[in-house]
Amino acid sequence: MFYYILKRILQIIPVIIGITILLFVLMYIIPEDPARLILEKGATPQALQNLREKMGIDKPIYVQYWRYIKQLAKGDLGTSYRYRRSVNSILAEHYPNSIKLAFAAIIIETIIGILAGIISAVRKYSFLDVLVTISTTILVCIPVYWLGMLLQIGLGLKLHWLPMSGMGDGSIKYYILPAITLASVSTAFVARITRSTMLDVLSNDYIRTAYAKGLSNNSVIYKHALKNALIPVVTYIGIDLGTLMGGAILTETIFAWPGVGRTIYLAILQRDAPVVIGGTIILVLIFVFLNLIVDIIYAFLDPRIRLEGGSSLDL
Amino acid sequence: MENNVSKSVVENILEVKNLRTYFYTDNGIVKAVDGVNFNLKKGETLGIVGETGSGKSITALTILGLITIPPGKIESGEIIFDGQDLLKLKINNLKHFRGNRISMIFQDPMTSLNPVFTIGNQLIESILTHQKISKKEAYQKALDLLDMVGISDKKRRMKSYPHEFSGGMRQRAMIAMAIANSPSILIADEPTTALDVTIQAQILELIDNLKNKTNSSVILITHDLGVIAKYASRVMVMYAGKPVEFASINDIFYNSIHPYTLGLIGSVSKLNEEKKERLKPIKGTPPSLIDLPKGCTFAPRCKYAIKICKESFPPSIEEESGHFAACFRAKEFLNKSLSRD
Ligand SMILES: Nc1ncnc2c1ncn2[C@@H]1O[C@H](COP(=O)(O)OP(=O)(O)OP(=O)(O)O)[C@@H](O)[C@H]1O
Ligand SMILES: [Mg+2]
Repeated sequence: MFYYILKRILQIIPVIIGITILLFVLMYIIPEDPARLILEKGATPQALQNLREKMGIDKPIYVQYWRYIKQLAKGDLGTSYRYRRSVNSILAEHYPNSIKLAFAAIIIETIIGILAGIISAVRKYSFLDVLVTISTTILVCIPVYWLGMLLQIGLGLKLHWLPMSGMGDGSIKYYILPAITLASVSTAFVARITRSTMLDVLSNDYIRTAYAKGLSNNSVIYKHALKNALIPVVTYIGIDLGTLMGGAILTETIFAWPGVGRTIYLAILQRDAPVVIGGTIILVLIFVFLNLIVDIIYAFLDPRIRLEGGSSLDL
Repeated sequence: MENNVSKSVVENILEVKNLRTYFYTDNGIVKAVDGVNFNLKKGETLGIVGETGSGKSITALTILGLITIPPGKIESGEIIFDGQDLLKLKINNLKHFRGNRISMIFQDPMTSLNPVFTIGNQLIESILTHQKISKKEAYQKALDLLDMVGISDKKRRMKSYPHEFSGGMRQRAMIAMAIANSPSILIADEPTTALDVTIQAQILELIDNLKNKTNSSVILITHDLGVIAKYASRVMVMYAGKPVEFASINDIFYNSIHPYTLGLIGSVSKLNEEKKERLKPIKGTPPSLIDLPKGCTFAPRCKYAIKICKESFPPSIEEESGHFAACFRAKEFLNKSLSRD
């Protein structure tokens, strides 16, 4: 287990190198001069040139890249062109907001998605099953920004039940609309995955054995079937958690949520390369880390999976 | 076969009367079990044999109420156990019988145990479902059960998952679960088909020993006439959902009066040497259970068939004491006017 985790952590290094090279090249191609972003309009060519030299951006790309990597190794993500603050502090300020929103969404998709999936599997072809099938189809089809705006206008603007945007004082009511919006598609997917794996699991021989033992319907479904059915669901939710952390750009923008998705989005518009690259690196790290956690949970749920390289001998 | 029940001397633990289990499929009605009658005596092993698809498993599953409805439907019948008709019980009452008074061992131990729970967990669950004892006592009981089924290194085995067991060990674990609450009836549905030949005998011996120890009754479903000859005292032969002959083991092997049974026995060479062979029966294939031929379902394959056999299904008649057969020519076999070759 330990070796497995170590191996997975070491695998992150080539991923980071690949991502940074890609982003560096992309940002380099953009014909925008960072010095002009930083200095006022009408700055003298001399002043611009001085700044470029100071920032090192007059050097060839590989020299810049090497400098960045050395800096990165020390944990420094550089300085934002736009805000002239360290990228570390900008991200540290916005990341927690994204994480909180992502967790709110995950809670919604886990609880509602799994419950809906179980109900529609257990009561196959019933009214509830049809209802779940129709609503998941709708959720998957409608665009996220459309759903977000609909909720915003309906529950926020017209009915005044919930705040329309922003984080306010960070109380729960600010989370509800963006979290629902963010969770919508995933909830539908979780419900569908749960339904199909549950139906699959329920046709297994060991379910018949469980009934033959005299267990109640609830024990069979919530103990014997669910633990087996959850294995693929947990995988999906884990990967989704990574996606939600960085993929909340649309939702964060619609609801003016001060998270990292919106920060990266604004940074792209403003050609603020250090923020884009730094933000992405953090996203990747979190993504990889969450996948590792999912693998560990997976091994816990399914005893047949032994994490390779592990020494889980029965002693 | 209709009234064999009332005549029996030894106490009947189970009586199945006129049982019909049909499946309503898109292609038509599958008459999987179509008029099954038998009784099970205390302490005996009753064998059920028949080709694949003849309704043996569905008969067993119907007894425990394990048929999925729909597409299944119990069309008629009574299953009298302990003075009650199990078919009339609500599922909430029936579950107290399952795994407690009547247990079942399934064919494939590889898939019949839940892969994500330990053997100990599944065993203790069987105990605690029906006995009001503490977890600790249940754990102790589980260890005793593993002992009884011949699993050594018990404490470690309790923590193992099914995939860490061999096929034979899993079947032993299944048996331990099945006998956890000292059932009156153990239904073993082809308990050894999925196992190595060497293991098969061990498992059957184990079931037989446990039956003798606890004075319970066993319904042993198998393809293997050798197994039946060795362990059963009476046999029901099924064909296309119907029992065609039902008799003591001796009558079946030496005095059969049904052409289908005769064919089965003829296909197993040198039974005396206990050579274990799968049934490779009579020429032709069993009929589709959806479009059953008019008349005797076996007639199309029967070399003794006469005109009447194609017209109606022969009733099951007690031709001699305790020997039932559903064949228009059974009497001729019995008085030897028709030779069995
Ligand atoms: N759910 C179902 N839907 C439709 N037909 C079914 C269903 N379950 C069983 N059957 C049919 O019922 C018939 C009897 O099946 P059963 O499993 O009892 O046979 P069996 O005698 O146990 O055979 P085997 O020796 O192969 O185990 C078969 O023809 C089978 O196709
Ligand atoms: Mg079967």
